[in-house]
Amino acid sequence: MTATDSRKSRGNSGAWPTDVVVVGATSAIAEQCTRLWLEGGASTALLIGRDEEKLTRIATDLGVRFPAAAVTTLVADLVSPASISATVAGFAGPGTFGAASGAGLTVLVAHGSMTEQEESQASLDAAASVLEITGVSPSLWIEACADTMTAGTISVLGSVAGDRGRKKNYIYGASKALIEAMTEGLQHRLAGSALRVVLVKPGPTATPMTTALPQAGLAPVEAVAGEIVAGVNAGRPVVYAPLKWKLIMAVVRNIPTPVFNKLNF
Amino acid sequence: MTVARVSSWGRLSDAEHSVVPITSAAGAGAILAATAPGIARGMERSYGDVALNPGGTLWDARSLNRFLAFDAETGILRCEPGVLLRDIQATFSRQGWMLAVTPGTSVVTVAGAIANDVHGKNHATRGTFADHVLSVNLVRTDGAVIVCGPASNREWFEATCGGLGLTGLIVEASIQLKKVPGPWLLAENIAYQSLGEFFELSDASEAEFEYVVSWIDITTDGGRRGILSRANPTPSPHRALPRGATVLGGVRSGPAIPFVPPFSLVNKATLPALNRAYYRMQHLSLGSSVVHYKPFFYPLDAIQEWNRAYGPRGFFQHQCVLPRSVGASAVAEILGHVAASGQGSFLGVLKTMGSRPALGMLSYPREGVNLTIDFPNLGDSTLRLLARLDSVVSQAGGRLYLAKDARMPVSLFRAGYPRWEEFLQYKDPGMSSEMSRRLLGS
Repeated sequence: MTATDSRKSRGNSGAWPTDVVVVGATSAIAEQCTRLWLEGGASTALLIGRDEEKLTRIATDLGVRFPAAAVTTLVADLVSPASISATVAGFAGPGTFGAASGAGLTVLVAHGSMTEQEESQASLDAAASVLEITGVSPSLWIEACADTMTAGTISVLGSVAGDRGRKKNYIYGASKALIEAMTEGLQHRLAGSALRVVLVKPGPTATPMTTALPQAGLAPVEAVAGEIVAGVNAGRPVVYAPLKWKLIMAVVRNIPTPVFNKLNF
Repeated sequence: MTVARVSSWGRLSDAEHSVVPITSAAGAGAILAATAPGIARGMERSYGDVALNPGGTLWDARSLNRFLAFDAETGILRCEPGVLLRDIQATFSRQGWMLAVTPGTSVVTVAGAIANDVHGKNHATRGTFADHVLSVNLVRTDGAVIVCGPASNREWFEATCGGLGLTGLIVEASIQLKKVPGPWLLAENIAYQSLGEFFELSDASEAEFEYVVSWIDITTDGGRRGILSRANPTPSPHRALPRGATVLGGVRSGPAIPFVPPFSLVNKATLPALNRAYYRMQHLSLGSSVVHYKPFFYPLDAIQEWNRAYGPRGFFQHQCVLPRSVGASAVAEILGHVAASGQGSFLGVLKTMGSRPALGMLSYPREGVNLTIDFPNLGDSTLRLLARLDSVVSQAGGRLYLAKDARMPVSLFRAGYPRWEEFLQYKDPGMSSEMSRRLLGS
């Protein structure tokens, strides 16, 4: 079977990227998405993250799975604005492979902190760190991509937790809400251009980061990644993964505050 | 660490376990030492209590699911323990390699396949999963690391293959894949009407076909009808892959049994009809056809969570292998007990096993005939029926498959697995499951 055949097959709607750049590539969801993109026909993947050893393991795995693909890794500071700006210029600026790729380039910004609410509520330093790593930093990445790229898709992992603040995870949720407003603004700013901006909102997903949650309600990471890849390929502005969370969160958002505040969830 | 309710495939229990994630081979030793005793979990496809440890520790290394190296010349794959057989088949069938031995579901981990020394529809020609394993890296609860294989630390290898996860945590394995012309098989379905006919057909098929298996209608008395399937790999380059083989088709959920019905959908009222329907359906597809490996190897993988069909009380699977000399009469005797009870399901499997002795101390496969039947759990009446089946197995000198078992008596275990005492020398004292306490005493 050729790559072209697989692109036409049912369930593979939208355009498959030729080149993917994944920021926070060691997260379980990001790793699964990268696998799917390469399987669907992308020929290069650039994995950006903090942990060199983990990046290398993932790149080795991808190299075994897709011997024809070119997989490279880059260790970078994901938080400092100077590093973000230089890194994005390095893969999407003039003369880079990202610029040459045009509409074939897809960037996924996937990093975040999974610090427990209790812990981030206990000190302002911890809260500031969650807000910075989960909210400010991904927002700067997509802002830098929007400033640098001229075509392609910019996607970023938000969360259903950003749809309404809850006592169980509002610091994390607030960070994700920041990303949501950023993507809305970028979508507005870039409307009519060759750049697409996709906000992905995964529901609770079974990953090594969520072993502390009750496992029963968690979606398998590969199913979530499948929904994300389909949605990003199609360029949908907002992708709930799995889709049922769109309905659930519509209900949650519309519960009147006096009622909401009496609920314990 | 988190406390979670965990069931195995038979859904006979859902006790709380302390689930401890293991996310790196290097860090495993310290975590094992701190949280022992426990047992490793895989994809929960074993039917009974081999990977359950109610109230205790369950090590979860499923996120270690990466390939480490593959040599496209030799077909040798090195991988982490949580890699799914499904991923191996999908990835390497494109490159002309597949697993030499695969069980009837692909949703199992490599470590689980080794720990239960699984077998497939080609036991006669290819032996068991362990026959194609080149090395296994174990981490013990005392921090020791053991690398074993057919030629090095052979005794550890024989203890670990089929060793029920009790010799140490498997953190890496090397596997020899088998050269194939692609993902296709040329398969043939043939109906048989009696056990005698089955044995003739099966023996004749084994000379010419790599894969031989049969479905048997457990409800007919007198005539023992069934469908024998046999297949060989075949090149067939111009076919479109089935939907499940597309990139996103493969990860999107197929049809599933969406909830646990309040009672077993397989019961006395539906059983004969289900068997008749299944027979007629298969009867429509008699003859030869080119099929993708997925529906041939893994027909039940197409329906997610099919085990829910047996209702809230779960089900038992009785899988035994009986020496060939007495196999035909013992199979008839078991089917007689089952028919008389009115219990059972429409998923009866009858197949012959090859003569290659399994290398694992507690490996299940041996020469003879294998019979597998599911039983919805009706409580005492099911347990009494299973005890009657046990006595047939015991008299025939056969054994039950540990990966499927939730209740065999210690006497049957010891008689079926004569190397059990030798195995104890290699058991990690910090590793313990419900099954190991039940059958091995610790």
